[in-house]
Amino acid sequence: MKQRQKIIITLIILVIAVILFITYNMGNNIDYVLSRRGIRLATMIIVGISVAFSSVIFQTITNNRILTPSIMGYESIFILFQTLIVYVYGDKAFNVISQQENFFYAVLLMLFFSVFMYLLIFGRQRKNIFYLLLLGMVMGTLFNTLSQFMHVVIDPNEFSIVQNFMFVSFAKMNVKLLGIASGTLLVALVIAIRYIKYLDVIALGKDHAINLGLDYNKLIRLYMLIIALLVSVSTALVGPITFLGILVTNLTYELFKAKKHIHIVWLCSAVSCICLIVGQFFIEHVLSFSTTVSIVINFIGGVYFMYLIWRTRKKIS
Amino acid sequence: MVFVISRIPRTLALILVGAGLSISGFIMQQLSQNRFVSPTTSGGLEAAKMGILFAFILFPEASLTVRMLSALVFTFFCALLFIFFVEQVKHKNTVFIPLVGLMFGSILASVSTFFAFKHNIVQNTQEWLLGDFSAVLQGQYEAIYIILPVVVISYIYAERFTIAGMGESFAKNLGLSYHTIVYIGLLSVSLVVSASVVTVGAIPFVGLIIPNVVSMLIGDNLRRALPLTAFMGAVLLLVCDILGRLLVFPYEIPIGMTVGIIGGVTFFILILKRSK
Amino acid sequence: MENQKENKLVFQGIVKEYGKKKVVDGLDGAIKDNAITSLIGPNGAGKSTLLSILSRLLKQDGGDVFFMEQKLQDYKSSELAKKLSILKQSNQMDVKLTVRDLVAFGRFPYSKGRLTATDWQKVEEAIAFSDLQDFADAYIDELSGGQRQRAFIAMIIAQDTDYILLDEPLNNLDMKHSVHVMKTLRRLVDELGKTVVIVIHEINFAAQYSDYIIALKDGKICYNDTTHRVINPHILHEIFGIAFDIIEKNDRKICNYFNL
Repeated sequence: MKQRQKIIITLIILVIAVILFITYNMGNNIDYVLSRRGIRLATMIIVGISVAFSSVIFQTITNNRILTPSIMGYESIFILFQTLIVYVYGDKAFNVISQQENFFYAVLLMLFFSVFMYLLIFGRQRKNIFYLLLLGMVMGTLFNTLSQFMHVVIDPNEFSIVQNFMFVSFAKMNVKLLGIASGTLLVALVIAIRYIKYLDVIALGKDHAINLGLDYNKLIRLYMLIIALLVSVSTALVGPITFLGILVTNLTYELFKAKKHIHIVWLCSAVSCICLIVGQFFIEHVLSFSTTVSIVINFIGGVYFMYLIWRTRKKIS
Repeated sequence: MVFVISRIPRTLALILVGAGLSISGFIMQQLSQNRFVSPTTSGGLEAAKMGILFAFILFPEASLTVRMLSALVFTFFCALLFIFFVEQVKHKNTVFIPLVGLMFGSILASVSTFFAFKHNIVQNTQEWLLGDFSAVLQGQYEAIYIILPVVVISYIYAERFTIAGMGESFAKNLGLSYHTIVYIGLLSVSLVVSASVVTVGAIPFVGLIIPNVVSMLIGDNLRRALPLTAFMGAVLLLVCDILGRLLVFPYEIPIGMTVGIIGGVTFFILILKRSK
Repeated sequence: MENQKENKLVFQGIVKEYGKKKVVDGLDGAIKDNAITSLIGPNGAGKSTLLSILSRLLKQDGGDVFFMEQKLQDYKSSELAKKLSILKQSNQMDVKLTVRDLVAFGRFPYSKGRLTATDWQKVEEAIAFSDLQDFADAYIDELSGGQRQRAFIAMIIAQDTDYILLDEPLNNLDMKHSVHVMKTLRRLVDELGKTVVIVIHEINFAAQYSDYIIALKDGKICYNDTTHRVINPHILHEIFGIAFDIIEKNDRKICNYFNL
């Protein structure tokens, strides 16, 4: 009963947030404002759902609530790619490469990267998944160093272009890109939902899952692919939001006592969308764009992560 | 003149930072009993960066000493928090600990970014934090000498660090105060990290890979391993510095980058070796 | 040995509580010198807690431990390390040390890391005493669980204390290594005059190798007597709540508790 109330309240908050975001302080040019805000809202929903799905799946297969897939180097490779474009083409960079092309190449690069990492670890011997993560993070640090070097070398005007990509902004979307992104998301979601029931068993741990007749390794491979797809889409769309995943999954687990993953992913998606919309709303109307939503969410998510470690310090791992 | 003002300070700084960082990594690995722990994989570098950033924002005119103190405080508390966390983790999955450490680092980085973005100094922070010895000149790098006493302390305390790493009851049985050793160890590490980040910038991976390589070569007998660790750390930095200067002569590749790449690749290989 | 006073390790009214739950409640007793004393009892009886308190690893909430007629907490920890040693269970680590390096740590209380020739001699003796000569230069992470446990016991032997406390030293060991460890402990007492206290689960190891048994149940000491007297069907039934059949052979008792 109480559970149901919580779900209803969450949905109501989501609806209010959406309405408020669209209608608040519209000004005179209603059509223009409406279409701009509509695009931003759609982007946030796509990102929210991608992050929620990828994080929930990732945390279940790693059996850990304080990890998020975006730490595996995806974001660093994205930043490196963007930096490289600016480094090579200078401030003309985005006349040479269109936004859609950029998105396409970025997604491709991230997928390629994750397959490469995966083969490296799992190709020879099936070893525990933490090695994969660590490897990903080391690659990430490596890419970061490269990007950092280029950041120092390029001139401040060009840096501001890169900086746009480093920090999420929902303001620079266009409809074509949104179409491609939502199509990709849809494909990933269809696969994910089909296989999501096995997560309930995988949550018990590898040995139990195998005992209960799952083809564990095959499933993990599949999930990793889905995660790679989802993370690539959301990163290529708006840039890195590392800690959103940790923030929303843990909020979801804390608020709802849902057991089935099919419920968890959707609840988490709702929470994640609320966070993004409310965050963006505050940045637009209260802070008047003085910072970006990713920085704020990373900040809050990071602090929340510390609190989680502190609170669960005896139970972790 | 160039020799006295630039070359000698630069060489000394390279040797000290190389030795200091690799010894810090060694201390942290002994204390946490985990091969993959080091200032790079426990948020140490990010904490130092954060300390400098805060000093920079709060007191824009701050001297090097103030920045270093600020970095020291941040690094020390970060290290304490991390070791405390490692202690609490029951099943010490070797890879899990550095994973959380790296996460820890990116959180600190995101907090720093929050403030850096606000003050519009994101590009500047990148700049002063990428390890670079080309700015090391007489009169500007002396803070680095603080590494010297740390090297001595680590030599005196070497066994105690290993003993503490084996656990509190193990240390107590041998009549040692566990917490005192941990504090001394972490303070030493923080001194090295903050001094080197302030004077030359962040140099990743040194503390991680050198102790591992030494351990593979001659095992973990401290009296034998420590001098070699310090020596190899210094050699690595000297070699990287020379490479960085020769490859794109007359320009220079910052050492943070050469070490970052060499170290990253080495660590990569270490993990792959370990995962077999 | 004869002119020394007996029972140098004495405890009175020991209480330890976690939250509101008293794990041990008013324990009195003494550890007999130059003998092996086994602490037995069901899970959660407070055996390990008592051992930890006796070895200063844990601070009691009430009562006192006297060691050589002086309160345990009045000793400097580094002094105590030369007189009393403790080995807890599960010593996992990720360092590349050889067995000899590990055993050498036993000399730390004496030499603080700079080992003298005498120290090294003690180390070699301890290695020989535990039959580890063949493994002395092997890395501990490459040893089997049983060999590793023996390496840790060798370290304790090198520490050369009169009192040796061990928490479940047979945990996870196969029969061969278990017997080996118990025989080593026996020789420590018989040949070197040490005093050994162990927490032990398998009742037959206690029956075969120890001189005295302290039986705990629900945080209290039920029996503290010679092995011969404690190994008795009625007493064991009272402690463990299952039936026992005692078989005597060559003046040693064997407890059967299967299929009764």
